[in-house]
Amino acid sequence: MHAVIPYVTGALLFGLGVYGVLRRRNAILVLMAVELMLNAVNLIFVTADAAVRASLVGVQVEAWAYPNGRPAHSGGVFALFVIVLAAAEVGVGLAIVLQYFRMRRAVHVDEIALQHDNEEQVSR
Amino acid sequence: MTVADVLLLALGAVAVGSGAAVVTSTHLVRSGLYLVISLGAVAGLYLVLGAELLAWVQVLVYVGAVVVLLLFAVMLTRAPIGPSRDLDRPAWPALIVGGGVGLGLAVLLADAFRWTLYDRSDPGTTERMGAQIFGQWVLPFEVLSILLLAALVGAIVLSRPDIGARKGDES
Repeated sequence: MHAVIPYVTGALLFGLGVYGVLRRRNAILVLMAVELMLNAVNLIFVTADAAVRASLVGVQVEAWAYPNGRPAHSGGVFALFVIVLAAAEVGVGLAIVLQYFRMRRAVHVDEIALQHDNEEQVSR
Repeated sequence: MTVADVLLLALGAVAVGSGAAVVTSTHLVRSGLYLVISLGAVAGLYLVLGAELLAWVQVLVYVGAVVVLLLFAVMLTRAPIGPSRDLDRPAWPALIVGGGVGLGLAVLLADAFRWTLYDRSDPGTTERMGAQIFGQWVLPFEVLSILLLAALVGAIVLSRPDIGARKGDES
């Protein structure tokens, strides 16, 4: 397998996620773009796990480097952790978005007042 | 070009194409459904790359839970059914930064790993991944469970305005 195909796919997905985060005004769409970015990172983790290990075949590793035995599937384990983090992030993020919607009847991220006292200035 | 390469190319094209549809679609609900396709294609990529457990967790957690949660939020914020005009901000800064990041990373990775070929090693089945998680990575796993609990409590507190509200404070 060519390692470059999933690497480039992950890079393009990450670029799309950055574009979506900067482009979208709706907070839920921003969260969707963040999910795209996290997926790209996961994809690169999994690819790097297999590809780097394949390129290290035959390399003598010192014994103190791995006190608990050689780790395998570390990229997959990290991707699992990132998936859990993404689930937690989306839960809290949507709670914030829904609470904001309940207060202001809107979910546009560029209209959110960052300061409490002068809300008239930032309304656009 | 092996069969795995062709599969990787096809699934990657689907993932990137529907990811582009996620960030450009003017329908909120359609954007969420394109996200399902993109995440499903990434799950297929995991399968081809040999991470079985991860692919099924991706389908379960992302497609099953996260996207459903996002679609719930779309419904709860009274999104319009048809296309929305006011979803986007000006395109140029986002295009420059996002395109720069995506293409720059793609060129960098393509240059670094152009000729890297590898055979698929032993697939990441549930047994092997579980042995790794509960052996090597058990401390991060526990920290992560505390974080999940904190996120759960935080989401509950955020969505219940009567918790922590002072008297006479209408929120």
